[in-house]
This record gives sequence, structure tokens and C-alpha cells, in this order.
Amino acid sequence: MQLIDETGTTHADDTYAMPSNERLVAAYRALVNGRRLNDQCSALVRQGRLAVYPSSHGQEACQVAASLVLSENDWLFPTYRDTVAIVNRGVTPEEALVLLRGDWHSGYDPKHTRVAPQATPLATQLLHAVGLAHAATLRGEDTVVMALCGDGATSEGDFHEALNFAAVFMVPVVFFVQNNEFAISVPLAKQTHAPSLAHKAIGYGMPGQRVDGNDVAAVMAVLDEAVERARGGGGPSLVEAHTYRMQAHTNADDDTRYRERDEVKAWVERDPLTRMRAYLSAAGAWSAEDDSALAAEAETMASALRDALNREVEVDPEDLFRYVYASRPAHLDRQWNKLKDELERTAAFEATGAAGGGTTESGTKEQKS
Amino acid sequence: MTLIDHPVHAPAATNVETMTMAAALNRALADAMVADESVLMFGEDVGALGGVFRITDGLTARFGEKRCFDTPLAESGIMGFAVGLAMNGMRPVVEMQFDAFAYPAFEQVVSHVAKLGNRTRGALRMPIVIRVPFGGGIGGVEHHCDSSEAYYAHTPGLTVVCPATPQDAYSMLRAAIESPDPVVFLEPKKLYWSKGPVDTSVREALGRARTVRDGSDVTLISYGSSVQIALDAAAVAETEGKSVRVVDVRTLTPCDDDTIFAAVRATGRAVVVAEAAGFASVAAELVARIQENCFSFLEAPVLRVTGFDVPFAPPKLEKYYLPDVDRVLDAIDALGWES
Repeated sequence: MQLIDETGTTHADDTYAMPSNERLVAAYRALVNGRRLNDQCSALVRQGRLAVYPSSHGQEACQVAASLVLSENDWLFPTYRDTVAIVNRGVTPEEALVLLRGDWHSGYDPKHTRVAPQATPLATQLLHAVGLAHAATLRGEDTVVMALCGDGATSEGDFHEALNFAAVFMVPVVFFVQNNEFAISVPLAKQTHAPSLAHKAIGYGMPGQRVDGNDVAAVMAVLDEAVERARGGGGPSLVEAHTYRMQAHTNADDDTRYRERDEVKAWVERDPLTRMRAYLSAAGAWSAEDDSALAAEAETMASALRDALNREVEVDPEDLFRYVYASRPAHLDRQWNKLKDELERTAAFEATGAAGGGTTESGTKEQKS
Repeated sequence: MTLIDHPVHAPAATNVETMTMAAALNRALADAMVADESVLMFGEDVGALGGVFRITDGLTARFGEKRCFDTPLAESGIMGFAVGLAMNGMRPVVEMQFDAFAYPAFEQVVSHVAKLGNRTRGALRMPIVIRVPFGGGIGGVEHHCDSSEAYYAHTPGLTVVCPATPQDAYSMLRAAIESPDPVVFLEPKKLYWSKGPVDTSVREALGRARTVRDGSDVTLISYGSSVQIALDAAAVAETEGKSVRVVDVRTLTPCDDDTIFAAVRATGRAVVVAEAAGFASVAAELVARIQENCFSFLEAPVLRVTGFDVPFAPPKLEKYYLPDVDRVLDAIDALGWES
């Protein structure tokens, strides 16, 4: 399904209506901000400020649509590559990046933001999404859950189990697969023999739809319909967005080993930002002045993020023990006291050493007797 | 048997009934579902059939299919589904049918159930109970008799419990369901049909061991179905002139060190009895903790009587595998009595 092609030309569809220009303008702003966030984060990895950043550069249309189709009470279940979707849902960039910066395993309160913690194991979060949606149904809540995953995750057992549970219990979940062609280095052809990932929906007894993942209008239209069906009691559906990961899996990946540069370049022509700008411009809904204002907005966000990540964050070693159980058991009290004592002795030793002027790196730990 | 510190308070006569452990568990589930509408019970065959061990018998009829229901046959699915339910205000109790059938759910347990509370700085607690029919001694075939407690006990964030009496089965399951933390609730299959008094007014805090028999010469430390082996061995040892204390650990993690250490310090000798393979086991951990904390009180090395380091035995070899009274008595005899 496609509503706007690479050139910005529209293609009417019998089932899916073009979203309003107002929504598409909001989507375009989110696309540009999302691209800036992706590229800023990649730069922060190179500067050593983030341990890792799996960029969704090129996939921003999926990220933006997934968050823009949700209402306030809905939930988003993201993967590690979905930072842009999380931020677009209202989590601040710094909170979203706490995990990747490395000072804690999640930087935001899921209940407050209605964004589940980012999942690193593949497809496990899809089951959480189904469970949460089922609880919402039991409680009579008007909640829809958007569950994100990539093409690689569709090979996992939990993907199968999640779709099967969702269909059996008729829960209000939209499974949104961002098929970006690669699971790290393994291409889709080695991931599945199915004609498309959307075909998988058939086996579970739910609707499946394939959409151009670089066409934000089309992705929104398809997700709108799936969300509406879920909210109306029509149960789960599967949406496969066909997109492309423009950059390596992470900074640890060398994508020249598994794909040709020409293939990557060809996808530049299909960039989700340029086609939306062309469409809005032709529709008279976007101007060159809007460009400068948006660029400034994106730059302000990026600059604030740089400032935030350039600040040294004080971590508290007692945090290691605080949240493991609802109340701290005795053995963790003892272990914290042991660590605290170790830290105090180290600090005291360093203070003495500094006074003496001769402390070396290796002299900061006491010798065991 | 002498109850030293249990029951916690004097039972009101009207609440005491003699029942099997299976019936006590069923009663605990029903009472918990009455007490708290957010308690849901689900798994494989737990609905109309009432579970393969009938632990959920009658719950669907009484509470409806929204409260006690069958799921598709998928253990990871059951566990991940429970995570999402817990994220949205429910208190899921899941049945894993058999110990060795729970392994497909292991990723959900160790990666999410155990960690989400910590990950989210307490914002998302996981009040999930994972019921696992557990251990051997019933002549079950392969994959039906694993002693899997060490896998769970090794995972921070989980509470792992194992009752040895119908009373504890009732009280500890109620406590597990009320716990804000995830609890792996190991139900010794061999004890499902063992009977005992159950006082439904008794509330039990998790994390407390129980001294089930007093004694001054040696302490046997055990849990689950091995507690009875320890008690039987203690009775025989007494006829040989040795006074044997028996401690039921009950909560494997977080472990009640105080009760265990006090018993070992009082007796100076200790043997840990458990049916799981000994290497890297809960028994190994208990021995290590005792050595580290009670060394100067010990008259002899602390010994373990465990299963061998082999896959759980087929039914006809089970009797050679499982710790028995003779093996425990041999261990007691080896505790340096000459000195």
C-alpha cells in the first residue's frame, strides 16, 4: 500500500484515505526532528557519550506513524531501535537514552509515559504487549497497544506465541513489523520463505497488511485502521512496513560485509523526508520559511541533547541494591554495607595518598592481609 | 514432629482441616481469588480439567473463564502474557504443568520477570507467581521430574520457595500471591497427596526457615520432599543416641541465614539434604554459606546428600538416584564423632 511515491505523487487507494494535511504537517515535523535525533545520537556514540545507538535513520516514517496514531491512554512497546518513536510519544530524549548511555537500564517510568521499557531480546515484548492489552480489556479500559518489532524478530518463537495469544484472546494489539531488510547482517530471504511478513497474519486468523514503510501517509493510514479495529473490539492485526535500514546495525557493525553500496544509495531516492516535503509543498501546506523554522527547532533539540549528554551523570552505587526486590532483603543489605565499606576505605586511602603526594593508580586499593 | 516456631499463632479450631497438599494449594488459590479480584490463574489444562494434578480443580466453574483459564500450549507465551498483565494491574498466577516443561519460558523469567522491577526503579513490579510441579519421587518419565530450583535461585529478583507440608503450601501460596515480587513456587509432586492439618487463618511471611525437629548433636537442613527423608533419618539416628535437629529451608532465596546458622552453631555439625544434582546446587550454596559463617562452631566439615550429577533418573532407577535415609545416616556417621 502506498499513498505518496518517491516523487511526492499521490496514489489514491480504495481502502485507505489520505491523512489530513494538518496531521501530515505534524508527521513531517516529527520526521525531521527524528532524523536529527538519529544523527545526533550516532555522533554521540562516536564521541563516547553513548555506549551504542541503533539508528533508525531511513525508518523515521515508521517511527513517527507508530506514535502519532496512538491516543493518550494507549501503550507503545518499543524495541532498542525505536528511540524516535519513544521520543515522539513524549519521553524526553535524555530519558530515552539513559539505557544506551549506560547509567541505568531504563530512564523513564513506563506507567507514567505509557511506553514499555525498550526490549533488547527479540520479540519477548510482544507477549508483554498482549498481556497488557488483555488486562486493559478485563478492566474495561479503552486502551490499544502498539507492539513494535523488526523482521528478524518474526523468526522468534515469542513472535508466534504473541500473535497466537492475541488472536485467541482477541486483544486490542497492533503488531507493527518494521521490515528493514536485515537482521544485523542476515537478509530477509534467509529469515523467511513466506511471500511477505504480512502473510504471517493469515495463519493466526488476523488481518495482515503490507505498506510502503517510507511513506508516512500510508503507514499512518494503515495503522489508523488497525488501531481503530482494535479499539472497536475487532482484535489484533499485523502490519508490515517495508523500509530500509540506511546505516549499520550499530557502531559495532560493518555493513560493507553484507550489502552493496549501490543498494544503500538506491534507497536514498526513497527517503521518507523528501517525499513528504515534496507532497506538502505541492499542496501548499509547507514553505521555505517553515523549513528554516523546523531546522532551528531540530537544532535546538539536538543542542539540548548534546548538553545533557555532555554533563557527567553521578551514579549511585547503592542503586545496585535498591530495586531488586520491593523491599531490600537482608543479604543485599549486607552486600551494600560491604561495598560501602570498600568505597569508604578507598576514599580514605586516596585522601591520605593525596596528602602524601605519592598515590598511584594501582595504590588506590588496600592490600589484602 | 515438634513444631518449634510454627504455627505462628494459635489456630482457631474452626479453621483447621486435614487435607492433602494438593487440596491446600487449591484452597489457597480459591481464597486468594476471593480476596483479590486482580488474581488470575492460567496455564495449560487448568480450566475444565483442573490441571493435570487437579490443583486448579473447580476454579473456572467458581470464578469464571476470565479468572481461571486455559491458554494456548506455549510456556514462553504464558510467561510473557503474565508480564503484560502484571504491568497493567493484575496478579497473575501461572501453572507450568511440569518442571521440565517450564524451560521454554526461561527467557521470559530471567530476562523480564526477574528484572523489570529493577530496570524501572520499582515503577513496574512483577507480582507474578510461577507454580511449578517440581521434583521426583513419583516414578515419572523423562522431563516430568526435574529439580530445577538452582536455575531460578541463581537469578536475582526472584523469590524461590518450596513448601514441605500442606500448611506451608497453603500459607506460602497465599503469601506468594500477595508478594509484590515474582515468586517461583515449587510444588513437590511427591507430596501432593500427603496429608496434614491446614489452618487457613495462618499467614506466613516468605523468607523464613522452619525448625521442624529439635536436636543438639547435628542439624539436617532440607526442603521439599527431602524434609521427610531428613525427619526419618533423624528418628533413626535418635535410636543410635544422636540428637538431630531438622531445619526446613522453605524459602530458598532470599535465604533465612539466621535460622540456619543458629541451628548449625548450636549443634556444631550439619548435613544438607536435597534431591537435585549436587554440583552448583542450592545444597552447595547452603554448605558454602555455613562454612563461611559458622566455621569456628563446626566440629566437622559440612556435608551434602544430593542426587548424583546425572540427568534425573528414569522411573526404575529413581530409587538409586534419590537421597534416602541410609545415605543421610551415612553422612551423619561421617561427621567426626570420635573427636
